[in-house]
Amino acid sequence: MNSTPPLLELRDISKQFPGVKALDHVSFAVHSGEVHMLVGENGAGKSSLMKVLCGAYRADEGEFFHRGEKVEIRSPADARALGIAVIFQEFSLVPYLSIAQNIFLGREFPGRFPGTIDHARMHREAKQLLDQLGLDIPTRTLVHELGVAQQQMVEIAKALSQNARILVMDEPTAALSDRETERLFAMIRQLQSDGVAIVYISHRMAEVFAMGDRITVLRDGKKVASLLPGEATPDELVHLMVGRSVDRSYARNFCQSEGELILEVKDLSSVNGVKGINLTVRSGEIVGLSGLVGAGRSEVARAIFGADRVTGGEILLHARAHRGNPDKAVAAGIALVPESRKAEGLALIRSVCDNLMLPGLSLAFPSRIYHAARARQIAGALIDRLRISTPSSQRPVRLLSGGNQQKVVIGKWLGSGSRLFIIDEPTRGIDVGAKAEIFALIDQLVSQGAGVLMISSELSEIVQVCDRSYVMRDGRIAGHLSREQLSEENILKMGVHHE
Amino acid sequence: MNDAIASGRLMARLVDLKTIGYRLAAALAICLVLAAASDVFLTTNNLLNVLRQASLLFLLASGLTLVILTAGLDLSVGANIGMSACIAASVIKLTGSAMLGAATGVGVGLAIGLLNGVLVALMRMPPFIATYGMLWVVHGVTYWFMAGTTIYGFPAAFRALGSGYFLGLPIPVYLMFVFLALGSFFAQRTTYGQEIYAIGANREAARLSGVPIAKRLILVYAVSGAMAGLASLVFLARMNSAEGDIGEAFTLPAIAAALIGGTSLFGGVGTVSGTLVGALILTLVLNGMNLLTIDASWQPLVTGVIVLLAVFFDALTRKGGDGRQ
Repeated sequence: MNSTPPLLELRDISKQFPGVKALDHVSFAVHSGEVHMLVGENGAGKSSLMKVLCGAYRADEGEFFHRGEKVEIRSPADARALGIAVIFQEFSLVPYLSIAQNIFLGREFPGRFPGTIDHARMHREAKQLLDQLGLDIPTRTLVHELGVAQQQMVEIAKALSQNARILVMDEPTAALSDRETERLFAMIRQLQSDGVAIVYISHRMAEVFAMGDRITVLRDGKKVASLLPGEATPDELVHLMVGRSVDRSYARNFCQSEGELILEVKDLSSVNGVKGINLTVRSGEIVGLSGLVGAGRSEVARAIFGADRVTGGEILLHARAHRGNPDKAVAAGIALVPESRKAEGLALIRSVCDNLMLPGLSLAFPSRIYHAARARQIAGALIDRLRISTPSSQRPVRLLSGGNQQKVVIGKWLGSGSRLFIIDEPTRGIDVGAKAEIFALIDQLVSQGAGVLMISSELSEIVQVCDRSYVMRDGRIAGHLSREQLSEENILKMGVHHE
Repeated sequence: MNDAIASGRLMARLVDLKTIGYRLAAALAICLVLAAASDVFLTTNNLLNVLRQASLLFLLASGLTLVILTAGLDLSVGANIGMSACIAASVIKLTGSAMLGAATGVGVGLAIGLLNGVLVALMRMPPFIATYGMLWVVHGVTYWFMAGTTIYGFPAAFRALGSGYFLGLPIPVYLMFVFLALGSFFAQRTTYGQEIYAIGANREAARLSGVPIAKRLILVYAVSGAMAGLASLVFLARMNSAEGDIGEAFTLPAIAAALIGGTSLFGGVGTVSGTLVGALILTLVLNGMNLLTIDASWQPLVTGVIVLLAVFFDALTRKGGDGRQ
């Protein structure tokens, strides 16, 4: 569509992390005045590509060209010098500074005397930028008084004030209402006509087709297609995003008979944006809770466990009403393997033994007198059973590998008498071998009569491991897939927005 | 596997030796230096004096150690001593009963501690701010209560708590050993102690493991308050008089004793026995400066240097990264 060289071109970009190739020879070009949509499953490489673009990651291989000239992007400063700006989902504004102060933060205009700031000029120029974006708000307004959409506009104004010519937006409509989305689209069209190039990451099929001039599909770190909106239907696009032949390496004996009901959740809502959740988990089954990142999966787990405050609905455990803090949940037989192993799962400076014993302390020592030797014995048995690789149960858990740490986070619940295991991202950041062991362990749990609710961003894991799965979208259950219906394609169809 | 467990046990002991052992060695080295430099140091009187001073500091710092283990802090312990001592003193004067006075002193300390616990655990105030505010409130109430007066002259039975002897050792030293045993048992040998370490090491992980955070926090602040109440009695019995501002000078040395003893302000690391050694080191050094007639105005500087050395030493031995900053 353009005969001039693209504004920015990436050729054969690769980025390797320990155990995973995040980007594998990805080429990508964006032209002035173009909206280039970037789509793919969770973990397909969109975020990595974005971070390479803005200089947060340095590519291992590959070349960059700016208007046809070879350039380097080795740092955020390099990216900024090329006019690349990123609007992240989490804004980087300072809440108690004004709009103008935020826009020019760190680049304030010097005043007449050394050390002073020319406030008049700052507000004048901020006003110009806001006018340009069609935003009628006083520039002295503090950012925390603004809504999400307006904050996003301020981020964009900040980017423009730095002469950004390439704007990278990560799911910009995720938190916007329909009207705000319309405003944003109008602004994007205007920026487009001013010659700004936009790289737009989205999960929403409707806006991908409505706004995109070109669509690039990533899968497993590789570019699988780059096409014009007219060249594919939404379903074909989803198929391209999933595409891979299904790998059955974690195949297990799926649940044949219907076990007793362990958990029944009715119309549950929580402070964290979870609304009207209904789900059940039975003895002997692994139930998936899937959906895209941000759909509210972990929030459901936290609400059931009592980590977030429940605002409505009912939780029935073995047909009895349950409500309360995590200590009540643990006493009632619920185990939570949280999403973030290091922040929420482990006391990193404490020993493997201390971590393994923590939830089951009152069961192992009902008299409340702690016997270190007995604890080491119990921990040693768990270490053997889980094949945790550590020279001693007294080793600080921070010195273990990610896979072994994850075994500790799951293993600590084996001595707590839990019947319901909520496992959030069981395989994040661990290698393939450890993954298979973790799934074998989960399988063992259900074969002994436990029920498992498993959250995973890796759709292939849900498809391979789960007996059935719920699919979430926007804090709600969007649908349910039985074992027969369970496929990555069906999960994505339910999980993405069709509007 | 038995070998692994055995070697693990050995390692655990070695780690304990590393934190306590080095410090005991340092305390011994200070003793040797002082014995060589001063004729008075090794006299029974002086050594008993060191032990008695260390015991008061330890009683206060032992409860504080439990608070610091949860990554908390109790800045109100000094003010607590002041109020507990003054109210206990008035009760003794009013009723003539040493027992009733002692019970009141511990009770007031416990009440202040409970209040701290409620502010930190239930109202979710940062411990520094909650106990700092409490410091001023308690001071203020004590000043109002005393209105500039001094209460003095207590029954001999009560004064024995601070200045009495039993089998040749000062009574406070027995208290020190009793609370060393109780504190160590609570921290190392009860599941509550285990949970307290876990809270300090990673509060969110402890919460999501079913540890009732609020209950445990209230418990440690209450214990710290009650220990301050007990320390106030020992101090009151020794001084034989109470004024509104007694206790003000105790807070920072108590924190210093815990830090010198190897307790980390980040939480999850430290022992009550370490705090005892910390209190000993601090007392020995100050005692030595007295014996060598070094001007008392150097004491804060020396205390500061010891704290920095101890923390620096811990940072060196714990190198390799905690996995957190």
